[in-house]
Amino acid sequence: MREIYFDNSSTTKPSQAVVDIVIKTMTKDYGNPSSLHRKGVDAERYVSAARKAVASTLRADLREIVFTSGGTESNNMAIIGAAYALRRRGKRILATSMEHPAVAEVLTFLKNEGFTVEEVPVDGRGRIDLDDLRERLDEDVIVLSTMYVNNEIGAVLPVKEIAGILRERSPHALYHVDAIQAYGKYRIHPGQLGIDLMSASGHKLHGPKGTGFLYIRRGTRIVPLIYGGGQQGGLRSGTENVPGIAGLGVAAAEAYRDFDAKTDRLYGLKERLEKGLREIPDVVIHSPEGREGAPHILHASFLGVGSEVLLHSLEDRGIYISAGSACSTHKRNASPTMKAIGAPKEEVSSGVRFSFSETNTEEEVDLVLQALRELLPQLRRYRAK
Amino acid sequence: MFHTFLIKYGEIGIKGNNRHVFEDALAKQVRLRLAHVNGEFEIRKERGRIYVECGGGWDEEETVSALTRVFGIVGICPVHTYPLTEIGELRARMVEYVKEEHPDSTASFKVKARRVNKEYPHESMEIDAELGEAILMACPKMHVDVHHPDILFDLEIRDRVYVYSKVIPGPGGMPVGSNGSAMRCLSGGIDSPVAGWMIAKRGVKIDAVYFHAPPYTSERAKQKVIDLAKAVARYTGPIRLHVVNFTDIQLAIYDTCPHEELTIIMRRFMMRIAEHFARKDGDLGIVTGESIGQVASQTMQSLITTNAAVSMPVYRPLIGFDKSEIVDIAKQIDTYETSILPYEDCCTIFVAKHPVTKPVTEIIERSEAKLKGQIEELVETAIRTTETFTVRPE
Repeated sequence: MREIYFDNSSTTKPSQAVVDIVIKTMTKDYGNPSSLHRKGVDAERYVSAARKAVASTLRADLREIVFTSGGTESNNMAIIGAAYALRRRGKRILATSMEHPAVAEVLTFLKNEGFTVEEVPVDGRGRIDLDDLRERLDEDVIVLSTMYVNNEIGAVLPVKEIAGILRERSPHALYHVDAIQAYGKYRIHPGQLGIDLMSASGHKLHGPKGTGFLYIRRGTRIVPLIYGGGQQGGLRSGTENVPGIAGLGVAAAEAYRDFDAKTDRLYGLKERLEKGLREIPDVVIHSPEGREGAPHILHASFLGVGSEVLLHSLEDRGIYISAGSACSTHKRNASPTMKAIGAPKEEVSSGVRFSFSETNTEEEVDLVLQALRELLPQLRRYRAK
Repeated sequence: MFHTFLIKYGEIGIKGNNRHVFEDALAKQVRLRLAHVNGEFEIRKERGRIYVECGGGWDEEETVSALTRVFGIVGICPVHTYPLTEIGELRARMVEYVKEEHPDSTASFKVKARRVNKEYPHESMEIDAELGEAILMACPKMHVDVHHPDILFDLEIRDRVYVYSKVIPGPGGMPVGSNGSAMRCLSGGIDSPVAGWMIAKRGVKIDAVYFHAPPYTSERAKQKVIDLAKAVARYTGPIRLHVVNFTDIQLAIYDTCPHEELTIIMRRFMMRIAEHFARKDGDLGIVTGESIGQVASQTMQSLITTNAAVSMPVYRPLIGFDKSEIVDIAKQIDTYETSILPYEDCCTIFVAKHPVTKPVTEIIERSEAKLKGQIEELVETAIRTTETFTVRPE
């Protein structure tokens, strides 16, 4: 059966170049970058090259990049590290109400540690009101964390404006951006945007799982979470995951190659699917239209069909999509964004996410639409009475 | 260090002329179970006892854990064996044993010797007295209580001397395979693995059937059932599992029958298919995890209606149990954590808001009659496309 993978916001297939360099660093150049001998120096080169590749996509300094085990660790390190570094300056920590659990749960932890955690509400399209934000900010705020691209519906936040408002209202505060769904899809130059800390993940852009990085603007002090041999400037001890980091470096460079063409291609796929879905009755689309939203995410609710039932029906035809956020499907009713945007229960329980990579094709979109047109009448016949 | 276990069994001992059948079945189960444990084991049956001799890098904890999962075993006694020597030497050995197994004990004790080897020059009573005295002299904090001792030192004088004083409780019951076999309906919930375990405890070998309803239930739900079968197989040995694709039958019932009767009619078809596989596998009954009144489909009336669909006996070992009691057993046999994984919420469309709680068989049969002409083929297809495989303990 032909496989159509439309779940690229959950994870992506590693590119061949990524696989090649991972194999090479596991079979030939397997040294420890901290070793003094040649094996160590060879391994160190991979880490430096990856750092350079990532830094150049961000127009950042090499010292501003810390490699981590992925997006979740980056988020933890940024928010907890910033909160503790600034705990004498204030106690308020703000984030939007639609953050991924990798941010939201960190905030719950900090709340229990005695910090004051507050949510910035979003509207039905996942937008925040900048005037409202301005009013909420004051000198007691030490951390503001927002997504760049929302993982469920693909809403995009105006990070530059947010950074400006934060700078003006809360001079001590650090701005953390969870760019896990955005890095590789947008040209992000954090220094220029006013971002202090930014999290990204490798496996969302055809890199290996278990890899990611945190951008830390030069001069920003955060308290490390992991202590040990003092690797990565003491910010993240532990022998570097050389194969993972090397793979991430390759994936980062590839993501920004032919960037504009790829972006157009993704928007083309999204718009094609969106157009097709609008022709199907009782479909509610939650993603912002066209270029207002991210190029690779389309969220839709097929009223009257349980999202998991639709997921398994499509799976039966070799089509892979996501019901809610893949990281949280183990919890019942877990869909923080849908809740935050105030979607009615019926839309939450029938919501699914299609997410593309540049390797998907228009033909695949047409096949998915075809499958939906065939499946939905049958599935809608059987609903809870 | 000991390297022998004495296996105590309860009910088997009183089964008259069939006794050897049950003993053989138990010895076989012990052998099968230990085949998965590191080490070399020799199982000996000897004058109404089963001994397990351990060697070849065996691990005590692993061996005991395996034995505590063999139905039919009431107690597992670690036995020390010593060469058969004159009484003075035996006194020294006994003291050595007490100091090793019960160091610094202040307990009361009794020595009870059995002289199986009549060539040994001292009678049982004499041995008791000699060894009791030796223990008292060496361990002045211990004292003798012949009526209610804290520790009973059992000795058997054979070609060697066997000493034991500890009994690790076994699961009880009867050896699997000594009482026929049954078909268990597995759902993935908390109850059905416990029901299977309880029937197996009475010596019944179990097969299992699971009703899969893609896309309304996921591959993960199926994997969960396989994992539960694996957990139970640690007690019962390999289980033959039939995975039936039930979706089309469910949809036909949904289309044709009153919605509030959906669950009960569905269960009747499940029972029929279970019965089919039970007969095929040579089983003597069907096992379910129902307990009276737990849900609408488990009222007395519902059970009558479910039973009426099949002619084979339906065994319901949990019938008088409260949920909390079932949960306790599920935790004890290590199926609980798997059972509570939430992978089956998709079936909700097949659950009515107000299902019948007091179905009348005749009325249900009338509703079912509307399915005539289409359901036969669906059932046949479900049976024909059933996936059957053996789940082995890990």
